[in-house]
Amino acid sequence: MADKRLRILVAKPGLDGHDRGAKIIARALRDGGFEVIYTGLHQTPEMIAEAAVQEDADAVGLSVLSGAHMTLFPEVMRLLKERGAGEIAVFGGGIIPDDDAVKLRQMGVRQIFTPGASTEDIVKWVRENVTPRS
Amino acid sequence: MGNKKKWLETTYQQARERPVRFSTVSDMELDPLYTPDDVTGSYDDALGNPGEFPYTRGVYGSMYRGRFWTMRQFAGFGLAEDTNARFHFLLGQGQDGLSTAFDMPTLMGYDADHERALGEVGREGVAVSTVCDMATLFDRIPLDRVTTSMTVNCSASILLAMYLVVAERNGIPWERVGGTIQNDMLKEYIAQKEWICPPRPALRIVTDMIEFCARKVPRWHPVSISGYHIREAGSTAVQELAFTIADGICYVDEAIKRGLGIDEFAQRLSFFWNLHNDFLEEIAKLRAARRMWARIMKDRFGAMNPKSMMLRTHAQTAGASLTAQQPTNNVVRVAIQALAGVLGGVQSLHTNSMDETLALPTEQAVMVALRTQQVIAEETGVTNTIDPFGGSYAVEALTDRMEREANDYIRRIDEMGGMVKAIETGYPQREIAEAAFHFQRQLEQGIKTVVGVNKYSIPEEIPIATLKIDAGIEERQIQRVRKVKRERNSAAVREALARVAEACRSGENLMEPICEAVRRDATVGEVSDIFRAEFGVYKDPGWI
Repeated sequence: MADKRLRILVAKPGLDGHDRGAKIIARALRDGGFEVIYTGLHQTPEMIAEAAVQEDADAVGLSVLSGAHMTLFPEVMRLLKERGAGEIAVFGGGIIPDDDAVKLRQMGVRQIFTPGASTEDIVKWVRENVTPRS
Repeated sequence: MGNKKKWLETTYQQARERPVRFSTVSDMELDPLYTPDDVTGSYDDALGNPGEFPYTRGVYGSMYRGRFWTMRQFAGFGLAEDTNARFHFLLGQGQDGLSTAFDMPTLMGYDADHERALGEVGREGVAVSTVCDMATLFDRIPLDRVTTSMTVNCSASILLAMYLVVAERNGIPWERVGGTIQNDMLKEYIAQKEWICPPRPALRIVTDMIEFCARKVPRWHPVSISGYHIREAGSTAVQELAFTIADGICYVDEAIKRGLGIDEFAQRLSFFWNLHNDFLEEIAKLRAARRMWARIMKDRFGAMNPKSMMLRTHAQTAGASLTAQQPTNNVVRVAIQALAGVLGGVQSLHTNSMDETLALPTEQAVMVALRTQQVIAEETGVTNTIDPFGGSYAVEALTDRMEREANDYIRRIDEMGGMVKAIETGYPQREIAEAAFHFQRQLEQGIKTVVGVNKYSIPEEIPIATLKIDAGIEERQIQRVRKVKRERNSAAVREALARVAEACRSGENLMEPICEAVRRDATVGEVSDIFRAEFGVYKDPGWI
């Protein structure tokens, strides 16, 4: 096994300020042994894709509670592909209705965690599903 | 002390105790029993009768025997006419005040046609970019009779200006317009995180509004000092109490520095608390808040008018306590939380709808939430006698303890040089993040229970109907803003915006120039752009 620690970008797109979940997840992932970069609030999809490439992230976790997930998730994925980084695993969570979560997974979002998901489940999922890019 | 200590060592020692941690939702450990030994201070000093200093038992002499609290459901989605229809529905159902939720672009100072608004127009609240939208929002609503609360902060000065311009166009003078605008910027940096510029210029705008309202819109509450969002961000009840009161101290300090006399403006400051799951803790928090504020206003600021010392408050049940799992259980949570608010003596109340962890509420869910308040008011009997928990050993001991612990925080913030300095170093933000993480860990370890989530969960759930926001709304609002921008007198708008910029630089009160700008159809985004250019833009430090 390679020793490289997985690098996870936790990102908060959109205009809302609900960062309680993003911060808890960032901290739990860090405690779980990953390198975590947290973008802070109010990021545009461009800023997130750019940060993912710059930070050499293996995965991007998006937290969306504004209802704009059907716009923001696909846009981040499109911009990652445009930058030749389409293999970065995109996952996320927030207030996301089940039928939207299904659509997002069909679009290639790897996993959607909704309210009630435990940080342990999320850490476990990352450990089992995210692989180093290089 | 002998009595309680002896009982603990004998009778209680021999009795059975479940092997759990007996602590509040904020993880404050409680004794098995409170007795007269736990209650200190004389009745008059610590409690006083309702309507009398220090208002622990209530700000009004007759409380709900005089009138019930204002039932005020927060509403807003889609286009202005959609929310206007919801307002008329709510007023028709017996609600007596309005409360407006704006969408994220409006709250952050962007027009619907800005690229940052993409996907967010009309989603979390109603889209208002121009005074025309505001006129549609309050169409056929008598602004001199219905009081309106507007939840907006960094763009509050612009939205208040639009509201006042709509009132004047309807022939209602500003002196007769009553309501509340949240406009509590300090808690934005601490918790809710909606901002345009850094804390210091933001505080200047808030102070301009306090001054302007004191002189021109005397029935308006220019700031609603809010613990709600602090609690939603994961704070404990004591932190909510402490940081909110410390924010209030900061606004009062600034207004005094501006040259206002304490009794000129203090009675128009109002509060907004969260109502969380822990029943006794919440009742104690509200009682402690009233006593703390009364003492601070009298002793620290030398207020003479009793109205300046009265903490009058809106409250809302805790959104963060609701569960997406088995959502009908939320009706029960909301009822208990609302009951704590009423037993804690609030003046105005919003009850959350059971579906709000999934989407904005449906009309049916909102009705159940409103009916919950009406059941408490008119069926349970708790409104017949004032402050019925007063004198409960447990509640009085908790009230004392929360005041003491909150005062410790306030002392620490004073030592740092006040709330702005504390925010700049990230102190309250870190304390809250720490508490939020602690709660999450307790939840995952099963120390704390959330029914339907980490206990009593069921595998298959029947989905409930949720409100869908029509995807075409965004485009319609964009076209609407563009039409206003095309058809207005753009030279007049430019001139008015230049006046706003000049006032930003000169220190002149911003409100009259902003009123003039929106009168000429300047938009939310355009005035906010002036703030961005003149005061700079605040960026989230991204502390984990």
